[in-house]
Formats: sequence, C-alpha cells, structure tokens
Amino acid sequence: MGTGHAHDLSTPSTGPRSSGASSSTAAVWRALGTVVDPEIPFVSIVELGIVRNVARHAKEWVITVTPTYSGCPATRVIEGEIRQAVMASVGVIPHVVTALAPAWTTDWIAPEALRKLHDAGIAPPGRVDASAAEARPLRFTRAKPSVRCPNCGSFRTAELARFGSTACKAQYRCSDCLEPFDYFKPH
Amino acid sequence: MDVHANATDARLFDYLLRLGDNALVLCQRLGEWVGKGPVLEEDIASTNVGLDLLGQARLWLTYAGEVEARSRGQGRTEDQLAYFRESNEFRNLLLIEQPNGNYADTVARQFLFDQWHVLLLGQLTLSRDERVAGIAAKAVKEVRYHVERSSDWLIRLGDGTDVSHARMQSAIENLWMYTGEMFAVDDTERFLIDAGIAADTQALEPHWQSSVNTVLEEATLEAPADRWMQGAKGRGGKQGMHTEHLSHLLTAMQVLPRSYPDARW
Repeated sequence: MGTGHAHDLSTPSTGPRSSGASSSTAAVWRALGTVVDPEIPFVSIVELGIVRNVARHAKEWVITVTPTYSGCPATRVIEGEIRQAVMASVGVIPHVVTALAPAWTTDWIAPEALRKLHDAGIAPPGRVDASAAEARPLRFTRAKPSVRCPNCGSFRTAELARFGSTACKAQYRCSDCLEPFDYFKPH
Repeated sequence: MDVHANATDARLFDYLLRLGDNALVLCQRLGEWVGKGPVLEEDIASTNVGLDLLGQARLWLTYAGEVEARSRGQGRTEDQLAYFRESNEFRNLLLIEQPNGNYADTVARQFLFDQWHVLLLGQLTLSRDERVAGIAAKAVKEVRYHVERSSDWLIRLGDGTDVSHARMQSAIENLWMYTGEMFAVDDTERFLIDAGIAADTQALEPHWQSSVNTVLEEATLEAPADRWMQGAKGRGGKQGMHTEHLSHLLTAMQVLPRSYPDARW
C-alpha cells in the first residue's frame, strides 16, 4: 500500500475505464479478465473486485489488487498469475501492489459473477449494508440471513457451520431438497 | 533521525508485536485442533478463524519489521519475527497462550478475546498511523464474524446439557483472571495513545463487560466475581512475562525453521 500510484479506490472497479483508457490499458484489463480465483475457477479476479486499479508509468505497469480475506491462501497464486497474464499481453512484467484500504467487500462482485456462483451451486452473497454492519450489536441478537437454496430455490435453509470449503463461505443445507451447499458470506 | 520520531517508532514496534503476536499465537493454538475437532464442521471453522488470524499476524509483523528497520537501521522479516524470537520476546496476552483444554475451554478463550479484539480493532481504524488504520479496517470485518461465532458457541454450550453447561461455566471461571491484562495500559501504550496511534483499551472495558455479560446471560452462565487479575500490573504477556505454556507452543511452531534455516516449500 501507499505507493502513490493508486487513484481513487473507493468505488468498485470492475473493468476498464471508458474515458481515456488506451488500447494497451484495455488489453491489460482483458488479460486480467482471464485470471481466475483458483478456489472458484469460473469467476475472474476482475469480476470479484480484487483488481482495484491498472496504471501505466512510462514503460512500467502497476496493478493494484486487494485481498478478499487477509489469510486467503489464493492471494499469492493470483499475484503470480497476474504477472504471467500481463506479461503475455503487453510483454512487460507488471508490479503488483496490494492495497488494504478500503477493505474488499462482496458488494464489489459483478452481477454476472453472482449469477455464475449461483449456477455453480454456491448461494451468492446478499448486499452488505455497511452502516448496519457497524451498528450491529456485538451480542447474540443478530437476524440470520435468509439464504436461497441454489439447487431448488427454497428459502427454507439452515446454517450448518460458520465456515465452508474456504474462509469466504459458510455451509448451509436446504430443508426442502436436503442438499448441502456453500453460501458465499456477505463481507 | 529526529529523536521524537525514534522514540515513537521504538514503542510502535513493541505495540505491533503485541497485535501480531496475539493473532499468531492464537492461530497456532487453533491449528492444534486440526484433524481432531469435535465435529468436522467445527474442525474446519476453527482453523478458518486461525487462517484469518494468520493473515492479520503477517500484516502486523511485516509492518513491525519495517518500523524496526526505520528506527534501528535494520529490521526483521515476518518469518524472522515469528520463528526466531524466544518466548520472553513475544508480546501476546497471557489469555491467548492458554492451552486448548476441552472444547468449552477453547470457546471461552476465543469468546473473551474476540469480544475485546473487535473493540480494539474498531478503535484502531481511527489510528493516526495510516498503516495501522488500514490493517485494522481489514481485520475488523473478519473479527466481527469471529465474535458472532464464538458467542453462538458460548450460548449453545452454556444453555446446553448439564455437562456442557458445567464445563462452559468452569472454563469462563478459569480464564477470567487473564482478562484484566487486556485493559491494563502501560507506559508504552500510554505514549502511543497520547500520540493518537494506539487504542485506549482502558476506555473499552465497560463496553466489553456489557457485551460479555449480555452473552453470558443468554448462555445461562454466571459472570465471575471480581478477582485478582494476572499480568494487569505491567508484568504480563505484553511485557514478555509469560506462562510456561508459551514455550511449549513455540517449540512446536518454530522447530522446522530452526532445524532447517531458510527451508522453502
């Protein structure tokens, strides 16, 4: 963080900026669109909102990324794949810079990717209302989210465990079709 | 270098070790449950909490090494700090290093810490040190989830069977004397609080007490009576004075890099 290259990172950045994006910048964004999260290999890191900025300084490229969870083991792999993809596209190995602030949120996941998650049997996250999250009392009065079963569409589902196959998911089961499924936690 | 900045950095280094060591040591404790959690889902959940903490530990210790470099001319990497310090150089809370015990003991330790951790990180998001504020903003989102989970378990076991209730009550009783250290502000912290960098944990105590009591009540558990607090007088884990449990933990955690320095995957 704090490289001085980062532009405004406060808004979701899910694709090339239309104004002033040079053809090579567009090519870099396209290349980044081919890099997938190894844990959910049908969703690209651009769709996930991990790529925060692409900047060019003379011959150097700086790609700013943000981790989903601080301990996510995919982060290192993703950085390596970004270097490869950009190298293959514009012939330069980019600098990959990590920005922690503002912290990643599932609200940055592109609508198209939410549909892909659902189609793959993973219930997509609902919107995070940041102000509600701040105000939530730190005790046991939280309302459980109503999660829709990705298999049969029923809302009669129950949480089995607070974590699922990865840190970003919880484990649920449908009370109608009885199938267990992962729920991508709103974060 | 300017003397004042140097005095701040020396204390900031120590403070970052406190933050990082809490996360690192608790992660190691949770890792001890791998493959033998009470149920598979909990095995996975507790180690995922550990994974979040490991990520946070890396961010704090990396920054600690950078602060050490700018104040002393030479700084250690996150791995050097994790694997090549002795127990008296660790700065984690005494609560964190207590053994896993039965699952009620593990849940109680996690619950008492999470309720404090979430308040601490919330304060640190307002730190005048941008890097501290950024790491805290990232971590607090993860810890909000941790505190929900450990509170759920406290209620489930406390308001469960006679056996689970008795074990949960005794776990809370046994660990209570380590909670005073969380709110004890020493000279290092006072200096950094005045500089707008550290969180004033003393001011957090009423909030912690109120949240903890609410959950204890829902869990049908009794809040322990006031008692003597271990390490609260500036002679605890934050000053490098630990229980013997930490040395055993570090032996397991550090054996590989010490036996094979510079080993790589």
